[in-house]
Amino acid sequence: MSDLVSQNLNMIFKTPKGETVHALKDLNFTLKQGELLTVLGPSGCGKTTLLNITAGFIRPTSGTITLNNKEIDGPGVERGMVFQQGALFEWLTVSENVNFGLRMKKEDPIKTQKKVDEWLEIVGLKGFGNTPTYQLSGGMQQRVALARCLINDPDLILMDEPLGALDALTREKMQSLVLKIWKETGKTIILITHSVEEALLLGERLYVMAPRPGRIHKEYKLPFASMGLNKDLREIKKNKDFSSTREEILEMIWDMEEEIMGKEI
Amino acid sequence: MLTQLITFLIFFAVIGCILYGRRLIKTEKIDAVFGNPERALGGTHWVIVGSSFLLLIWLYYSWDIAKGFYPKSANELCQVAKVNDSLLGLKYQFPIEQRELKSTSQIRQENKNLKKITIEIQNSNDLNNEQKTILIGFITKTKQLIPLLTNENLLEGETKQKINDITGKINLLTENFKKPDYPFENEQERNERLKAVSEEGGWGITKVDAGSGTIENTIEVPLVPATNRGLKFDAAAQELNLISDEFFKLRNHNPRFQNTIKELKNDVKVYRNDLNDSEEVASSYAKNIVKIARRIEFASIYPPNALDKMQNAIVNFDKAQIEAQGGLRFVDIFLFPAGTIVASGPSCSEQGSGRWLPKPSDTLNKFVLMSKPSVGYKEIPLLWINMVDVSKMIGFILPDWIADILPGDYPVHTKDGIVKQNFKGKVLKFVTGDFKLFKIPVPYGHIWDSFLRVFLGLVFGIIIGVPLGLFMGLNRFAKGFFDPLIELYRPVPPLAWAPLIISVLGIDNTGKVFLLFMVSLSIMIISARAGASGTQLSKIHAAHSLGASKRQILRYVIFPNSLPEILTGIRVAVGMCWGTLVAAEFLAGTTGIGFVENVAKKYFQYEVIWITIFIMGMLGLLFDVTLRKIIDKTIPWRGKG
Repeated sequence: MSDLVSQNLNMIFKTPKGETVHALKDLNFTLKQGELLTVLGPSGCGKTTLLNITAGFIRPTSGTITLNNKEIDGPGVERGMVFQQGALFEWLTVSENVNFGLRMKKEDPIKTQKKVDEWLEIVGLKGFGNTPTYQLSGGMQQRVALARCLINDPDLILMDEPLGALDALTREKMQSLVLKIWKETGKTIILITHSVEEALLLGERLYVMAPRPGRIHKEYKLPFASMGLNKDLREIKKNKDFSSTREEILEMIWDMEEEIMGKEI
Repeated sequence: MLTQLITFLIFFAVIGCILYGRRLIKTEKIDAVFGNPERALGGTHWVIVGSSFLLLIWLYYSWDIAKGFYPKSANELCQVAKVNDSLLGLKYQFPIEQRELKSTSQIRQENKNLKKITIEIQNSNDLNNEQKTILIGFITKTKQLIPLLTNENLLEGETKQKINDITGKINLLTENFKKPDYPFENEQERNERLKAVSEEGGWGITKVDAGSGTIENTIEVPLVPATNRGLKFDAAAQELNLISDEFFKLRNHNPRFQNTIKELKNDVKVYRNDLNDSEEVASSYAKNIVKIARRIEFASIYPPNALDKMQNAIVNFDKAQIEAQGGLRFVDIFLFPAGTIVASGPSCSEQGSGRWLPKPSDTLNKFVLMSKPSVGYKEIPLLWINMVDVSKMIGFILPDWIADILPGDYPVHTKDGIVKQNFKGKVLKFVTGDFKLFKIPVPYGHIWDSFLRVFLGLVFGIIIGVPLGLFMGLNRFAKGFFDPLIELYRPVPPLAWAPLIISVLGIDNTGKVFLLFMVSLSIMIISARAGASGTQLSKIHAAHSLGASKRQILRYVIFPNSLPEILTGIRVAVGMCWGTLVAAEFLAGTTGIGFVENVAKKYFQYEVIWITIFIMGMLGLLFDVTLRKIIDKTIPWRGKG
């Protein structure tokens, strides 16, 4: 039972001007072990807030969120995180970055080196171990970030727009890599994205969130992620169901955006 | 010799490089447009031209070229200056370089003075008519003195004879001067002169005081004539001095003049004695009139044509001496820019740029000399090593109270007069360094002292500033608590603290190191704080979710992330410390480069001043280059993250 359970999760921020922003309102969901959830929504709908709460960086105003029946209180190794732009430690080499978590646990460096090499091979960075990270391209940096997170063997992986800053081609390759890793490791993954296509392709489940207050607007169960395990991702995009769902979601988000604009005007 | 060679080398380098540069411009393709930065690439030959030009100007304006190519020129010109000076008084009497005879202008001046005083007396309200009449009478008598001097018929035979004598002497001198073997020096005189020349040394020679080993001031230009030409001028100058003394002693006082002036003086004296206190104005006018009479008495006033022959003689001698100078005049004008030796008079000083801009050759000589540990400056070498026993260092580092706190007592002598050492005594010997181990070389000297002060100030600043700065960047309490303290002392210019700190902590190392510590501390705190607070939040989040503890995040994320800022801070601090140190050493102290410069300033030792400037520049450069190397090695990711 390593489920992620959120009960009546509320998050209210106070701006310096004294206004209150209801970032999350009464969020209830359950994520089973091994599920891949993608979260989509216009900006300001509380996606990143949800992720930060799950990671333990901030505490919710009310409600609880539990992983494996344990309430989340502060950051922990069992919840790995991948950021939009690597957030790599540029003073360390690729190996040292990947190794970072194990080194913090003071594990035997000889044993960890073997693990590091294994993970570098999985993410396709074999032989780059001694390269300084500032010499890597954006896609490679994200691979390092993935390996660095996975080497700690977390129960839950949180990805905050991990592919957002990459070019289209690299992005596709990385999408396949995420699916591959999901399949091979069977980890629970929450992935936040701006791209509807990406959310459809990768998400076994998909939440479309709505802003003000931040809430889950609609939930989808999608077949494309399991299909993508054996198929070329571009084939899936040609699928009729895929395009109709995509149009539906796009319309939904457009409506939301218009509503916000209207409110503001 | 070396200067000559270098001058030629530089000269040809400049010409060669300019020609090369011209040819390069012609052969280059016109693919780079104006404003294209590629146009500024390369150009080593222009570097050579630039630096050579600088050296050439230095050599020229410091008169080193004159010294290199014509070492005797200064000495010879010095002798010319002597002649010029001796001739000046005589020449001044005649319309040679002046517009009129000295007599004429003096007569005019005194007549003017008398006229002025006449008008003043006539218009005065403080004088009664009787007084006015008497005073005007005095003036009329004074006026009558002048024709008594200028009347040719009254000129006495004796005076005429003396004028003829002097003229004859000048003519003889001119005649002799033209002879090649003048001043007819005999063997003994010659040997004596040459001995004096060798004792005096060459131009700009550096003398080291044998006793104390300190460098004495440079002799600028040797005064004793070293060449035959110089000797000629020197001898002529001496003779001219005698002649001109004789002339100025001569008085054109005929008996009538003497009687008249005696009468006048007497009359005034009697008149003034009879005056009472209320008639002070009349008294002072009378006094002034006598003053004018005295001036006329002692001026060399002669009848208009009495000195014509003498004038001719002087003009002839002047021509002869200018002829004898030959090319020397042009040497003086062209090889001694910004002031000439002749213009400085018989003292022959290197005024003008020759003093404050020392010759490269002299500077180099002095630098080599000062670098010798036995010479140094103020009995301390610039940089040398001392063999110091390691035990002394142990004794210096370990505090003496280690021995004090041990149980038991120190050894007491027995009644037999023997001191038996015990454990506590042995420990005391150890902590005070009273034993022998092996010796290691330890640097010392002015340069080392300056370096050590900067280094220690910097190290203490880093040790305390970096952790405090990081702490302030991460903790609200620390930021709030220490901020006022730092922001209050930091904006004060470091030197403003110097008098206070030096008077509290002493003029030795402690005060200066503390001052530099203050300088580096604020810089290190600010840079470390900026580094710590500039850490990306996502990196800290990442480290948190990778299981790092607070301490580990500080050690492995925040510290390395602040390293670029910290190292830049160190670079800035080094520059600041270096500048402050030199100024602090100016203020007080007994060692250090700034101290050397300050002392050199007091004794006008321009060479030493330039040497210290050079050393400081080199050390500053060394610091910066070293730090830049360290920065490139330790934070290669800087600006690439």
